[in-house]
Amino acid sequence: MTTETPARHEDQVQELERVTIRFAGDSGDGMQLTGTQFTRTAAVFGNDISTLPDYPAEIRAPAGSLPGVSGFQLSFSSSEIHTPGDQPDVLVAMNPAALKTNIMDLPAGGALIVNEDAFNQQNLKKAGYASNPLTDGSLKSYTVFSIPISALNARALDGLDMTSKQVDLTKNFFALGIMFWLYERSMDPTLRWIDEKFGAKPIVAEANRRALKAGYAFGETTEIFHTHYRVPSAHLPAGKYRNITGNEAAALGCVAASKLAKRDLFYGSYPITPASDILHQLSTYKNFGVRTFQAEDEIAAIGAAIGASYGGAMGLTASSGPGIALKLEAMGLAVMVELPLVIIDVQRAGPSTGMPTKTEQADLLQVMFGRNGDSPLPVVAPATPAECFDYAIEAWRIALKYMTPVVYLSDAFLASGSEPWRIPDVADLPSIGVENHTDRASFQPYARDPQTFARPWAVPGTPGLEHRIGGLEKADITGNVSYDPENHHRMQLLRREKVARIANDIPELQVAGPATGELLILGWGSTYGAIRSAVERLQAQGRSVAHAHLRHINPFPRNTEAVLRSYRQVLIPEVNLGQLLMLIRARYLIDAIGLDKVRGKPFRIAEIEQTALDLLDRK
Amino acid sequence: MAEALTLPVVPPLSRKDFVSDQEVRWCPGCGDYSILAQTQKVMPDFGFPKENIVFISGIGCSGRLPYYMNTYGFHSIHGRAPTLATGLKAARPDLMVWVITGDGDALSIGGNHVLHSMRRNVDIKLIMFNNRIYGLTKGQASPTSEMGKRTKSSPAGTIDQPVMPLSIALAAEATFVARSVDTHTEHLQATFESAGRHHGSAFVEVLQNCNIFNDGAWRAFTEREVRDDRMLFLAHGEPMIFGKDRDKGIRLRGLHPEVVTIGEDGVTVDDLLVHDEHAEDPYLAFMLSRLSYPEFPVPVGVFRSVDHPTHDKLMQAQIDEARAKSGEGDLEALLNDGETWVAS
Ligand code: SF4
Repeated sequence: MTTETPARHEDQVQELERVTIRFAGDSGDGMQLTGTQFTRTAAVFGNDISTLPDYPAEIRAPAGSLPGVSGFQLSFSSSEIHTPGDQPDVLVAMNPAALKTNIMDLPAGGALIVNEDAFNQQNLKKAGYASNPLTDGSLKSYTVFSIPISALNARALDGLDMTSKQVDLTKNFFALGIMFWLYERSMDPTLRWIDEKFGAKPIVAEANRRALKAGYAFGETTEIFHTHYRVPSAHLPAGKYRNITGNEAAALGCVAASKLAKRDLFYGSYPITPASDILHQLSTYKNFGVRTFQAEDEIAAIGAAIGASYGGAMGLTASSGPGIALKLEAMGLAVMVELPLVIIDVQRAGPSTGMPTKTEQADLLQVMFGRNGDSPLPVVAPATPAECFDYAIEAWRIALKYMTPVVYLSDAFLASGSEPWRIPDVADLPSIGVENHTDRASFQPYARDPQTFARPWAVPGTPGLEHRIGGLEKADITGNVSYDPENHHRMQLLRREKVARIANDIPELQVAGPATGELLILGWGSTYGAIRSAVERLQAQGRSVAHAHLRHINPFPRNTEAVLRSYRQVLIPEVNLGQLLMLIRARYLIDAIGLDKVRGKPFRIAEIEQTALDLLDRK
Repeated sequence: MAEALTLPVVPPLSRKDFVSDQEVRWCPGCGDYSILAQTQKVMPDFGFPKENIVFISGIGCSGRLPYYMNTYGFHSIHGRAPTLATGLKAARPDLMVWVITGDGDALSIGGNHVLHSMRRNVDIKLIMFNNRIYGLTKGQASPTSEMGKRTKSSPAGTIDQPVMPLSIALAAEATFVARSVDTHTEHLQATFESAGRHHGSAFVEVLQNCNIFNDGAWRAFTEREVRDDRMLFLAHGEPMIFGKDRDKGIRLRGLHPEVVTIGEDGVTVDDLLVHDEHAEDPYLAFMLSRLSYPEFPVPVGVFRSVDHPTHDKLMQAQIDEARAKSGEGDLEALLNDGETWVAS
């Protein structure tokens, strides 16, 4: 392979196990793109990676303002990592607002790279700085690299037929070039990306190429960086990898499920942050027979998905908390008519509109109980971006086998965060297909499979099985409308039992750590990485701590109670005010302790570690 | 999954093939009985095997109709029947899908879905029973109740302007718009026939009598003795003549319709508006949708019937095009797409 990245001198290279970088700038500065490019490059190099994009909800907050700051944190490592890092080792701040909103996360001694050209009077004022922090001594506890990025970049692009505004838009690639040099990363993947992306616009392509290379050359030639760093590739389990976000993995998982079940996927959806990318992605899979439908509202989106499932397709819908609130009535209908359906909830900070781009895990009780009547449905929750693929298939397996709507809980952190995904062999994926019912003699709309309690899936077009279903209570077996009190009681029990039985068909809860001991940290969803890392640290300190992570929340794995009772204390960290905690306490009468954090951000490892230590040391 | 329908050779079905084993439970004397009977009567005419016909309803007295049809049926939730129908038809273009709804279901809680299913030209036949009242909840004002109507929920009279269902359907770009009356059985059958044969979104308003909570809502012009003078039976290509003596007509003066008498003031048949249900522009149909008694005779029949590509066909065409261009999707290739690397 030819390479455009120059060979480097071997002097002054320091090897590191793990580095965490945060790019921060105005939302117009291209920080998400910059972060993504670094991530891909590190991933392709073979590092383990974990990312945390953090962007404002406003499409265009005023340039230079505090609410307009967009950030992207990524951690890359030569060993296995589970989180995007508690704190950045390096902060790249493209303007004063970015500095102001991020500097408190940079530990003392951390490296700070700033675009000094952006620190003018106007921007300082917008960020609320009375004096220039670059010169007033307030940053003296950091290693500051103050670089005139805008000016150097403009010089590099000199002679190109572009406005100064267009030139300025490429300065993020100059910064990226510096970071590539600093961390010994090849520019080639990004140069290839530029060619693909801007092939039709040669001037823009050239500008981005020049910006990137100029930044790299700056790193190499300037004296300001004494050292650069090397993070060797990680020893990930053998296999072929790609970098994947949770939303990408969820969409791929649903397409895979459709292929495995040999039924067309129908996706009904209404645009909402942070779930919209699933719609964008699925709408490009038309040659897989995927039908995407952008509905007039959230209700129509799920209504159409139910209609499609009724017709024998795999009806899927996705949204975030506010949209799920609108779908709940239709979810209850799906419970009543017992049709397969998957509802993805990419949770975000609530209540109400809340903070649309910020993560939270606070829809658990909504999806468990937010419907009229006792209305049980299974809930699954992937723990990492890559798991979003597996649990999409798992959600479909359950939906099809048990003829039930299934909720799949993701969140903004999983959805936009990324990590290396070991691409599975299609042959190794589970078989999840089910047959339509066609036999007239045995047909009763609400007769149940003796094992799964699933009712038959008799789709329109099947001769002789004409029947009526709906939201009114069904008579057991015949499915006719029934107001009989005894029947209603029995049907409620049957619906509950059907979901409860799924516990016999899912893996037991696994424990990382000692099988019994002082403390179990129990989590679900995107807290996985932080809990896992905290537990590893505690175990390294010789503490009696174990980690268990629920992927199935309704029903719970059948050994859940036994696991919980094997430890003196149980700690449940959640990005909500104690929702799994409430379920666990109610279900098992176990005096578990909650750790809440609802700041729109994932847990830091240290927060969990410290709480665990406090519990362990409490007498 | 769903191939284009090829009709199997089956013995012709009759009305009783479409009668389910469920006991009909509307109030005695309700207009819904006739609507059900006419629906069952016309079903065999379409030549569809009954397993390929689906009735989807919302909530309200009308919502029970699917239980009485021996076809596939889905009694869904309030106002949402068009959404289920949209998904079903998209997934299964081979099915004939009817939506049964009422004035509250379609125009109040489900108004948004009616608007969008119509403008998308989803190939569904939506039959809206309009009795100008909430019957199932025992008599509250509905969105079609006349201004000032006293009901349980409006003892001092409603203060809401009623909506004109067909004006809304036309504004929503429905490609088929018609009106009939529960008691005019032959006209009702003919209207259902036309709706059933239409490809695309059909909106049919049936003026229905709720003899318990709003008896006689339409009686002033639908009764046998007066209907010829007070209703306008639309026929494509025919001048708009009405009256027992066929001597009245609708003429356009400027932008305004007016009732004229043939033979008076030199008015001849040639001065009258001629109905054109296939007109691409909706002006004539919209004007007709505004005519109401007593100022005008109430038009019934097909207001509009135009041929546009249907939602499911357009969706299928995009899928076919994608397959022609990129081939049938290969999961292995999809999973391995983009930038990959190998760890050993
Ligand atoms: S309440 Fe009115 S509309 Fe409903 S069934 Fe009785 S008569 Fe018919």
